[in-house]
Amino acid sequence: MTPLPFTGLIVMPIVLPALTAAVLVLAFRYRLDLQRIVSVGAAALLLAVAIALYASARDGDVQPYALGNWPAPFGITLVLDRLSATMVLLTALVGLAVTLYAITGWDRRGRHFHPLLQFQLMGLSGAFLTGDVFNLFVFFEVMLIASYALMLHGGGARRLKAGLTYVAINLIGSTLFLFAVGVIYAVTGTLNMADLAAKVATVAPADEALLRTGALLLLLVFALKAALVPLHWWLPGAYAAAPGPVAAMFMLMTKVGAYAILRVYTLVFGVDAGAVANVASPWVVPAALLTLALGAAGVLASRSLTALACFSVVWSMGSLLTAFGLFDFGGIAAGLYYLLHSTLAGAALFLLVDLVAGVRDGAADRIVPTPALPQGALFAGLFFVAGIAVAGLPPLSGFVGKLLLLDATGSAPGAAVIWTVVLATSLAVILGFARAGSTLFWKTAPGPAVPARPGRAAMLPTVVCIAVLGATALLAAFAGPVTAELDATARQLLDTAAYRRAVAPVQSAAMPSGGTP
Amino acid sequence: MELLVAAGIGLLTAVGLYLVLRPHSFTMIVGTVFLSYAVNLFLFAMGRLTLDRPPLVDAGATSYADPLPQALVLTAIVISFGMTALAVVLALRGFLETGSDRVDGGRPDPEPAPTDRAGEAP
Repeated sequence: MTPLPFTGLIVMPIVLPALTAAVLVLAFRYRLDLQRIVSVGAAALLLAVAIALYASARDGDVQPYALGNWPAPFGITLVLDRLSATMVLLTALVGLAVTLYAITGWDRRGRHFHPLLQFQLMGLSGAFLTGDVFNLFVFFEVMLIASYALMLHGGGARRLKAGLTYVAINLIGSTLFLFAVGVIYAVTGTLNMADLAAKVATVAPADEALLRTGALLLLLVFALKAALVPLHWWLPGAYAAAPGPVAAMFMLMTKVGAYAILRVYTLVFGVDAGAVANVASPWVVPAALLTLALGAAGVLASRSLTALACFSVVWSMGSLLTAFGLFDFGGIAAGLYYLLHSTLAGAALFLLVDLVAGVRDGAADRIVPTPALPQGALFAGLFFVAGIAVAGLPPLSGFVGKLLLLDATGSAPGAAVIWTVVLATSLAVILGFARAGSTLFWKTAPGPAVPARPGRAAMLPTVVCIAVLGATALLAAFAGPVTAELDATARQLLDTAAYRRAVAPVQSAAMPSGGTP
Repeated sequence: MELLVAAGIGLLTAVGLYLVLRPHSFTMIVGTVFLSYAVNLFLFAMGRLTLDRPPLVDAGATSYADPLPQALVLTAIVISFGMTALAVVLALRGFLETGSDRVDGGRPDPEPAPTDRAGEAP
């Protein structure tokens, strides 16, 4: 057992970004240089905290933390287990990369980039750590509000239009979330996940239909966040309009949806849920297969690099949820590996697209030939590597992820269909990337070469992009130890009894509600 | 009482859904406001409808009203208020920058023809 330095460390991934954001706004409002220093420092500190949390969670104990020392289910419980620690670690990694990338220019194009990014990190960490459904809603809103402002960072009519659509769809999503929470509370009288897990199995037969409605409404909300077809159409517009580093950070926003599906539908509505057991199973895999097909079609049809990256995100969410949708040990372990891979590869791709669009002047991110670019060989090489990683060719992590996915689905019902869709869409994605890459970097339009602009040739963004790509290579190189860790994570996640024992909600003698007088 | 509350929530939701599906940002925002009113009432009702029961410990009480929904509703109100304010600002900025408040990507509505002042029409 690696004890935490102090038990309150669990709240640090939430408190640290919140305090940093407040300090940035209040003390360094007009000092961008100081903002950058504090922001990078806080992101590095968050990474250190995340590593400490992961080291502590590795021993396999579920560690609950009762906020305000109110016992569950009366207070809000934060829960640190391997899954939440992994997700927080991933968030901190991407957060640091995005912060470093942004300090070379993006944070100058509008105000308050750094505080908003910190609030986003706070919302993400909170959503991963909480053990309470309503608290999950609150952290969803925290990260959404930050994401609205980040997406509009830099302004412009196109961004505003896409932003309003994004805000509208999420407002409706939040309303649905509240309806779902309301139904579930009305039936069970609790919102603590561990307590819910104990109570859903024993609901009165008359309430089963209501509970099922609530559970499926909740699935709808999470699927909206995870961009599962047919709820995916907001994603390409929103991510394409967002600035490059923000889009890279948004890679985690879709993963929150996938995480929530995984957590709620194994712990609360899993195999032990009585009448509502496995309520999500019939829906997730078919929708994920549709997502795969639609994402791949989008990749083939893209006319700009940004659209290509967006649809490859939709496609990778399809792969991810195909694995999670099995809700068994193999599927979850494979899905977790794919989650790590797709987050890093997608973030690298968005950063790269931003870099390439930056040097291409007029053509920006459209897939059309241009005169020879300065550093063209470097960008071409990076795009080649990113394409290999995202599309899932050997030797990078996408290939390992796909192999694990195919292995996990081999014995599932409908394995032939799943394999066909996964492999066919992979081919389509490879074709899409090959087409874009050859048009962009091989074909050159006649004309004078684009001059290198001295002011823009900062090294740091390229280095960050290479580092994130390097992380996917590391993920492939150390696939053995990583999958061993993730296997343990999946095993812990499926051991819901241990989670319930650890949180140990106090059993109230009688529910205070009692119908109409 | 149940019928009245349920019908009220249903009506608010229906109105909200209809308005949200309209192609203009203003009606869309009003629609989300209606939806959030509906969901706030719904959250209140989720603790069951009761009359004259204390929410906290009272020696003479035989049963209690559920004290939790009001806390949840308060949180939901604050969040939806903030969200609505942000959406209004966004819609306004979008309208000022693009000259159109359509959210469905359709063509902007034609400018209304300048009307003649009453009584001076030929």
